[in-house]
Amino acid sequence: MERTRPIGDVLLQVDDISLSFGGVQALSGVSFDIRRHEIRAIIGPNGAGKSSMLNVINGFYHPQQGRITFKGQTRRRMRPHETSSQGIARTFQNIALFRGMSTLDNIMTGRLLKMHRNFLWQALWWGPAEREEIEHREHVERIIDFLEIQSIRKVPVGQLPYGLQKRVELGRALAAEPELLLLDEPMAGMNVEEKEDMCRFILDVNDEFGTTIALIEHDMGVVMDLSDRVVVLDYGRKIADGSPDAVRGDQKVIDAYLGVSH
Amino acid sequence: MIYREAGQFKTTYRADQAVFPILQDRVALLLILLGAYVGIPMFASEYLVVAILIPFLILSMAAIGLNILVGYCGQISLGTGGFMAVGAYAAYNFALRVPELNLIVVFLLAGGATALVGILFGIPSLRIKGFYLAVATLAAQFFLDWLFSRVQWFTNYTPSGSVAAPPIRIFGYYFGSPAERYLLALLLVTIVALVAKNLVRGRIGRSWMAIRDMDIAAEIIGIRPMFAKLSAFAVSSFIIGISGALWAFLHLGAWEPLAFDINRSFNLLFMIIIGGLGSILGCFLGAAFITMVPIALNQIPAMLGVPISTATASHLELMIFGALIVFFLIAEPHGLARLWAVGKQKLRLWPFPH
Repeated sequence: MERTRPIGDVLLQVDDISLSFGGVQALSGVSFDIRRHEIRAIIGPNGAGKSSMLNVINGFYHPQQGRITFKGQTRRRMRPHETSSQGIARTFQNIALFRGMSTLDNIMTGRLLKMHRNFLWQALWWGPAEREEIEHREHVERIIDFLEIQSIRKVPVGQLPYGLQKRVELGRALAAEPELLLLDEPMAGMNVEEKEDMCRFILDVNDEFGTTIALIEHDMGVVMDLSDRVVVLDYGRKIADGSPDAVRGDQKVIDAYLGVSH
Repeated sequence: MIYREAGQFKTTYRADQAVFPILQDRVALLLILLGAYVGIPMFASEYLVVAILIPFLILSMAAIGLNILVGYCGQISLGTGGFMAVGAYAAYNFALRVPELNLIVVFLLAGGATALVGILFGIPSLRIKGFYLAVATLAAQFFLDWLFSRVQWFTNYTPSGSVAAPPIRIFGYYFGSPAERYLLALLLVTIVALVAKNLVRGRIGRSWMAIRDMDIAAEIIGIRPMFAKLSAFAVSSFIIGISGALWAFLHLGAWEPLAFDINRSFNLLFMIIIGGLGSILGCFLGAAFITMVPIALNQIPAMLGVPISTATASHLELMIFGALIVFFLIAEPHGLARLWAVGKQKLRLWPFPH
């Protein structure tokens, strides 16, 4: 696969992250990096700590130990709205759309951080406030075109089928123009056709917008095809890290997935 | 057949984002406004204006305020009556103690004071939701009831605890007749409805709805829950405060704390549930419904020649309200506004629904 944007320097570096909930050690001493413009997969058996890792990266969980460096800035703890204003967006394993709102409004919420007109202008809906709204609407319409969801623009997302909801959720994340996009099982529960569509969108996002992508996925075919590098977690520890081919042949990974007596 | 949007093409996002994108709706709205501003003051009877239209308008405004909080931001409140009381007593005290203030300024200040109280009682919403928040706002209702009946400073030490509004005089013009007071209420309700609509369809409205639909996801896309929730409490209480002041000044004239008790809170909650949660139109429909039903129950049996006693009518009223609320919660949680939208959708396709 040829790519228009070569993989660059390190965008996100996680160092020695440990996270526990009471007595449960979700992550222990995990370190890896994500480079600019790459597609980085995080895999592992159920309960390996993959989603916890994403939650740590976007500030939803606060690790007891370790550092995260994003765009050269190191942090210990951060609130989700701070990470999103720095350029991290995500989708969720079980869809987290705003069900009462239309597709358009859902994607527009992704632009909230970029809208600045104050309260009084909004109350008047006139002049600058209206211009700002239309300006962001144009951006959102480009995303709607890109994801081919023009026909469901005004439909409340609660009425949409699962595959389309996943797509709208991707659209909402893209609307924020993130530098790092975290996708938590973007293809879970989809049929082959929907998966192919989603793969194409992920590759196009990566290629056209240059967005760096970290994804969690259980479909190994997808992971091996899409990703540039793979990190494998098991019981909260990193057991392998490298190119898809290297990871595939790794004995520890095979053991983790097939299960061996320890 | 008449309600058809064929040929009405939207070529700009501006046109697409209009509140009433369909021509027929705009014409209908214009006719309604024309009727409300010109027709009714000229032709309506005094009874209609005083007993039905003024309360309807003011309660619609209060319902808009409550709907912003409950319907758009998803924070349940049972303290509406208390907040209306804050607006009423704030307006009374501002008008009493600073008599040179313009009455419009008094209403705005009353709204501002209520917004502050609303933010204060909204703070628990940062930690608790659902039933627990409902109980916390219920506490606001009882506390405010107690405050205005016990702390006599608010009622200017009148022995009975009942206070009277000053004459309604704005820019030297005296609003004496029912029609004039009706027009004042109508004007303010129009402005509030427009502002509320603008807020809920813009950035801040989206952040309220995001918090309502899924607060965790909202936080992750960058909405600060504290700001979204407290701003909803503030805007909602501001509007409710103004409506409380209007209720006292334009409708009641003289009142005591009992006018804003818990029944008022429930009454308004019923309005937005029946009218439609998360809909500005629903506030008007709900307020109209709740104001009309008791009157209809009084009039219709007599018209049909089956006189029922006042007591029976008021029992019937309670029973019908109860039944309707249960019905709406089960069948159509989005209320009359959704029924109206479904009806319009059907009408667009009629008579060829395929």
